[in-house]
Amino acid sequence: MLKRVVITGLGVVAPGANSVSEFSRLLREGCSAITHQPDMAEAGFNSQVAGSPTGYMENLEQYFTSEELLAVNDLMVLTSRAAIDAWKDAGLEVPDRKSDHVHWDTGAILGTHLGALDTVNTKLLPNVQAGKIRRIGSSAVEQIMLSSLSAKVGGLLALGNQVSTNSSACTTSSEAIIMSYLRIRHGLASRMVAGGAEGRNIFNWAGFDAMRVLSSKFNETPEKASRPLSASAGGFVPGAGAGVVILEDLETAQKRGAKIYAEIIGTALNGGGHRMGGSMTAPNPISVQRAITDAVKAAGIKAADIDYINGHLTGTFADPYEIANWSTALQIEPSELPLVNATKSVIGHTLAAAGSIETVGLLTQMNEGFLHASLNAEDLHEKILPYEKSIVRQKRDASIRIAAKSSFGFGDVNGVMIFRKFEKQE
Amino acid sequence: MTENEIKDKVVEILKPYVRNTDNLGSVSNSTHIITDLEVNSSRLVDVILAFEDEFDIEVSDEEADKVQTIGDAVAMIKAKI
Repeated sequence: MLKRVVITGLGVVAPGANSVSEFSRLLREGCSAITHQPDMAEAGFNSQVAGSPTGYMENLEQYFTSEELLAVNDLMVLTSRAAIDAWKDAGLEVPDRKSDHVHWDTGAILGTHLGALDTVNTKLLPNVQAGKIRRIGSSAVEQIMLSSLSAKVGGLLALGNQVSTNSSACTTSSEAIIMSYLRIRHGLASRMVAGGAEGRNIFNWAGFDAMRVLSSKFNETPEKASRPLSASAGGFVPGAGAGVVILEDLETAQKRGAKIYAEIIGTALNGGGHRMGGSMTAPNPISVQRAITDAVKAAGIKAADIDYINGHLTGTFADPYEIANWSTALQIEPSELPLVNATKSVIGHTLAAAGSIETVGLLTQMNEGFLHASLNAEDLHEKILPYEKSIVRQKRDASIRIAAKSSFGFGDVNGVMIFRKFEKQE
Repeated sequence: MTENEIKDKVVEILKPYVRNTDNLGSVSNSTHIITDLEVNSSRLVDVILAFEDEFDIEVSDEEADKVQTIGDAVAMIKAKI
């Protein structure tokens, strides 16, 4: 029998927020977390603004032993902080390092897009090029292996179920949550630590700048640079961070009296095969629509049941297409589109971490009864104007029962999740 | 440099890698780096690199493999400086 899957813990390190409560405040206040980045300017980027988390390298003794700190990098720190915070938020105890207890029923799928390019470029490359292989040291492999983030968390939390890292560009952490959901749904695990991370280094962002897909016209006014849905949007603002959720089967969660944020009621993962307009860098619109309809069908709901969509919405040419795809897939008139906002307008595009950080944002809004303002959308794109009523441009109170999260990634891949607020009597 | 001075520097270099810090208080030449101090064996690579930097010496892989106790490390370093 398929299990019902619920979310019982949230953890986040985002631009402008190192905890869920700080993230909630940031979204409520609608302050842009985008700032000028001197290292991007120095390196000659066209775009010199980013959503760059700060302060997360402080107080690390709360997360790691001093010996562990000798062998962790930015990506591992971001992920571990978000994972441990989510674990504690779920009311679970961080295991003693000396205890041999293993959580055989609990696993982790934690993804990344570009891995630890900073470690590769500062520890591996110079030593290899100089012929100093011994100087690479013992901890390079565990820091540059793509599974570094899931492996580290697996050790910190003594996880004995599947522990792996996934990658599907900007769909990555939504995919991680969906794969974790399916694992629990099919009874292969009782609990999963799911999400993703992207490290804060300019190597991760340089390739996008070279492609000229980053927002480069607002270097002097960073707070205006991330403009999803806007006619004057000219690219996305890169970011970094980590978002992690704890998923459990309903029975396990209820047995231990866990707080339940929401139930995942439907998901879809697919690809567009680089056909019908899709390519390595653009989505096949039919595949996007199929992902939406598949998730809605799996959830057993009607279009009209969706109260809110947390869009992928990056601030590129793709935003109008995303909105139109929702409308087409849900078979609704523009005036009937559920309320939509773009969390990237506040924190930028955190790449692999976007899906899970924005899921934390979605669940925070659902549980606290508000929708954050989609910033810098005062001049809506002309193709989005028919949907104007649905675009949340001022923070508002909102009773959200059912919400959808979409993520789309390079490689023509899509992920859609549908969440339902958990009612106590269920 | 006296043996004691070398030993103090060796212990200082090892300190961040030590997982059994209780045993740090009673370090002697016979203290085993992996079993007594619970240094992760793979980290010995980094410890040897730190010896090389601190004492301006070169340690071959064969010599590194023979270092098991604090005394082994002190003797190896003393012979090279």
